[in-house]
Amino acid sequence: MKEKVMKAILSGNEAIARGAFEAGVKVASAYPGTPSTEILENIIQYKEIDASWAPNEKVSLDIAVGASFGGARALAAMKHVGVNVAADPLFTLSYTGVNGGLVLVTADDPEMHSSQNEQDNRNYAKFVKVPMLEPADSQECKDFTRLAFTLSEQFDTPVLLRTTTRISHSKSIVELADPVQGLPEPKLVRNAAKLVMLPGNARVRHPLVEERIIKLADHGANLEINRMEMRSKEIGVITSGVPYQYVREVLPEASTLKLGMVYPLPMELIKQFATKVRKLYVVEELDPFIEEQIRSAGIDVVGKEILPICGELTPGIIRKIFVTAGIIQDKPLKDAPSQTAKLPGRPPNMCPGCPHRGVFYALNQLKAYVTGDIGCYTLGFMPPLSAMDTCVCMGASIGNAIGVVKAVSAEERKKVVAVIGDSTFLHTGINSLMDMVYNNVPATVLILDNRITAMTGRQPNPASGFNLSDEPATRLDIPGLCRAMGVANVRTIDPYDLTATKNAIKEEMERPEPSVIITDRPCVLVKREGVFAKGSVLTVNEETCTGCRSCLKIGCPALVWKPIDGKKGFASIDHLLCTGCDVCRQLCKFAAIERKK
Amino acid sequence: MSDSITNILLVGVGGQGILLASEILSETFMLAGFDVKKSEIHGMSQRGGSVVSHVRYGSRVYSPIVPEGEGDILFGFEMLETCRYLPLLKKGAAVIANDLCIPPPAVLSGKEEYPPELAARIESQFPDFLLVDGLKLATEAGNPRAANTVLLGAVSKRLDIPEEYWIQALEKLIPPKAFKVNRKAFLAGRKL
Repeated sequence: MKEKVMKAILSGNEAIARGAFEAGVKVASAYPGTPSTEILENIIQYKEIDASWAPNEKVSLDIAVGASFGGARALAAMKHVGVNVAADPLFTLSYTGVNGGLVLVTADDPEMHSSQNEQDNRNYAKFVKVPMLEPADSQECKDFTRLAFTLSEQFDTPVLLRTTTRISHSKSIVELADPVQGLPEPKLVRNAAKLVMLPGNARVRHPLVEERIIKLADHGANLEINRMEMRSKEIGVITSGVPYQYVREVLPEASTLKLGMVYPLPMELIKQFATKVRKLYVVEELDPFIEEQIRSAGIDVVGKEILPICGELTPGIIRKIFVTAGIIQDKPLKDAPSQTAKLPGRPPNMCPGCPHRGVFYALNQLKAYVTGDIGCYTLGFMPPLSAMDTCVCMGASIGNAIGVVKAVSAEERKKVVAVIGDSTFLHTGINSLMDMVYNNVPATVLILDNRITAMTGRQPNPASGFNLSDEPATRLDIPGLCRAMGVANVRTIDPYDLTATKNAIKEEMERPEPSVIITDRPCVLVKREGVFAKGSVLTVNEETCTGCRSCLKIGCPALVWKPIDGKKGFASIDHLLCTGCDVCRQLCKFAAIERKK
Repeated sequence: MSDSITNILLVGVGGQGILLASEILSETFMLAGFDVKKSEIHGMSQRGGSVVSHVRYGSRVYSPIVPEGEGDILFGFEMLETCRYLPLLKKGAAVIANDLCIPPPAVLSGKEEYPPELAARIESQFPDFLLVDGLKLATEAGNPRAANTVLLGAVSKRLDIPEEYWIQALEKLIPPKAFKVNRKAFLAGRKL
């Protein structure tokens, strides 16, 4: 009897976690970032793997590198922009190579569903001179993760595994397998010529890197994951990742060369494929990464002259382009009903009771120039709070504030406030605060400490008091850290107290010295016992409410405007949504908001 | 090729339980022996934004997202969001919606009005429209929080999948202590 294959519906991220388990990974480290976060959240179910959150992506890669040097298979995972943070060790890791296999997962975000840019991290593979695999569904996420570890050890190289949002967050059926057996036991091995990258040693390593990439390109021609699928000889499409699925759906007759390894390219295989079809296309999201390399090899190919560089592809976009190009017939019109009436939008919003809300209300009132950062609080940009002027990348707020202060007049510099969350401060904000103190820059820093990395789905960080596996952990003392760095003016405030919040920010803005204000209220979504406590729910007294709309200026989802004929009306509070944070009550000049009896 | 694929869209507001419902659908289709793919966007949408989840099943599914204008069934958790995603459907698609209105920020602040008579608007374009009082039926089944499961039951009736697979999927994905009431809610929806 044949044993039944175990199947499960897994997301790309779950499948990568499973692949890591099957590949015998011993150490995994990451910093949360959409769309990569669930890889580590799922890896903790495999007790064989030591998995943890690192304060940032560079630290996570440094840890994976160390584990690899120690002889274990190791994985680091991050979103596309996280690789920028981890780029420093990555470039030199290409020279040292590995001991145990090392895989870095880069989860890209075409369309910027949850990101500040849509950089195409396939370019890193070429820049760093390491191989990159790109799966097209969850089964491939698991299989390619396993293969990546084999290639890593076989060619003495880190391997990049690239997903996109549509791969990481789509689910499909995966056949599970048993973990590999017989991996060597990790132990200390000294090999300074390979692992100490001083100029003399690095000069010896660089030619090996160049040789390695040529060998990998040759190897790629025989890898099963680079697959020629011959159908019609009229059209050939070279593609990879989720666009492969769209091509199969939209151009079912076209022949395809599906690339599982997108760097280095198996150019001999591409040349073969090109001779077998009349017209050759490359369908890829974002940059013309594959296309340009094929062109440099002297092969005629159509790509970005018809396909967009910006945004993600969809089956609809690809269909439209190939219909316009006269390659396929349009589907007979299905006479889809058109939606003409404009509907109110539904942008994301801070939760009811969010401790950030009152802070941004105060910043708006004080007309502060706010250099912002990455987190839920970036939503402070949205109306009605409208209190953020810049947002560039993780940890940028404090450095940006320093620069703005240096640029503008003494009068204007009082307005400059950097706003950063606890997790982002610990990620890459700390260094900028050192600069601020060291160079005596009179800006104000607001650290919104909600004790969690909220935007990505509430992952703990060094200031949370617990770890990825939900075990108690030493809680970093943020005010103490700021004092230790030499900030003389450190104060902690309750962001639910509007007057105190506004006064504290005002005083520190006036002060011609560096200062830090820390808000001390947990994220309302932290379910852990003893972290967030609900207050008493509020209610509007319709007798005393004048309909002045002052309370609506904080944009709380629990506050609803109830119109009575035309412009008149009154405010109302949704008792199921209200957390009793009390901020709206402090805004009411008519004492119409009361605690519910 | 895609004609052998059934395309389902689940739409609503972040935090309404759309992900769990789409997991149950996907699990059911896998148990019934189909290929299945589903896709949605996490991240910013968690903060009360508009959410859409795509679930597709058939003998072989390539794209994890439903091509525009090819949706067969729209499973709406909220009226405004149901209306928003109608353009993704093909003519004659079925729409099953929860009779619930969650005002978006511009309506909360009194700047815009929640569009009136959405049910009539949907029905004029999609005659195969079922409006479900999820909260009422779930309360009758024993727990108002099982409203999504009532809706799921109503959706299940439109799909040719044996009941046992639905129940198996519910049992796998719903916490054990809530399973009984959810099964009751599911069956109530299936009778609609």
